[in-house]
Amino acid sequence: MFRATATQSLSVSFTVGLYGTAFGAASIAAGFSILQTCLLSLLTFSGASQFAIVGVMGAGGNALSGIATASLLGIRNGLYGLRMAPILKVRGVKRVIAAQVTIDESTGVAIGQENLGLDAMKQGFWLTGFGVYIFWNFFTLLGALGAQAMGNPSAWGLDAAVPAAFLGLVWPRLTGKFERVLAATAVILAIALSPIISAGLPIIATALLAVAFGWKERR
Amino acid sequence: MNSLWLGVLGTSLIAFMLKFLGHSIPEKYLTNPRMLRINTLIPIALLSALVGVQTITEKGRWVIDQRLAGVAVALIALSLKAPYFVVVISAAVTSAVLYRL
Repeated sequence: MFRATATQSLSVSFTVGLYGTAFGAASIAAGFSILQTCLLSLLTFSGASQFAIVGVMGAGGNALSGIATASLLGIRNGLYGLRMAPILKVRGVKRVIAAQVTIDESTGVAIGQENLGLDAMKQGFWLTGFGVYIFWNFFTLLGALGAQAMGNPSAWGLDAAVPAAFLGLVWPRLTGKFERVLAATAVILAIALSPIISAGLPIIATALLAVAFGWKERR
Repeated sequence: MNSLWLGVLGTSLIAFMLKFLGHSIPEKYLTNPRMLRINTLIPIALLSALVGVQTITEKGRWVIDQRLAGVAVALIALSLKAPYFVVVISAAVTSAVLYRL
């Protein structure tokens, strides 16, 4: 047992888990039930995808555009799985469980332990994966119950809390000018398309922007 | 089954399939540099688009209201390196106060 790894896993788990409150509230504000909200956290278990489905459908988008947006955001978990599989070397049920807890944080903490060796990486992955899972689901329920008790979402600022939550998710990714230009272009494109094509599609359309921006190698 | 349920279950199913696929296919099939580049950019584009759409549109129309002020405050909080929770709460409080005025 690596103590430094355990401490890091737990603090990441708790802080990230707290955001579950924001998701729970956003989901209720978007019109999902408490059961649906909790199932999204239990089954989807990937923050950005969960915010995307409730964001798109809450804005009037249909299920397909919501699922498409959420799934595009979920592709990166597949790439994390690719990175983690040779380290974890698990099969059967264990692989199913490992896959479910393969997210930004579990992979991030695991990779952060690289200098401590394979065992520390495994420990970081499992502890953070389970830790986030427990806290994220607990706080989702709390946020959902809280939002339901509040009633009108606008009166409590939930209508601004949701885009602010997205902003907080994208902010750490805006590491350079290139990323910021992409972000600004995506905002403008999505807003411009909103009155023209049905809800949800303007957001998916910006994935093409990402393809265009990433097509050529940058020097 | 109504569309919210379809959204919940469809998202969950695909999310798991993507995760499991990553754990199950050999690494050599997915190391194309272009794909990796695009993959890191997709969240930036989609999340930014969501910020824009949720801040100044409502049911397919452009609407400037208290949400914009809330998100502007969130932007300031982020540039001051405030923690995530402070960012979200400051946006909510700003928007709520303006709504009730």
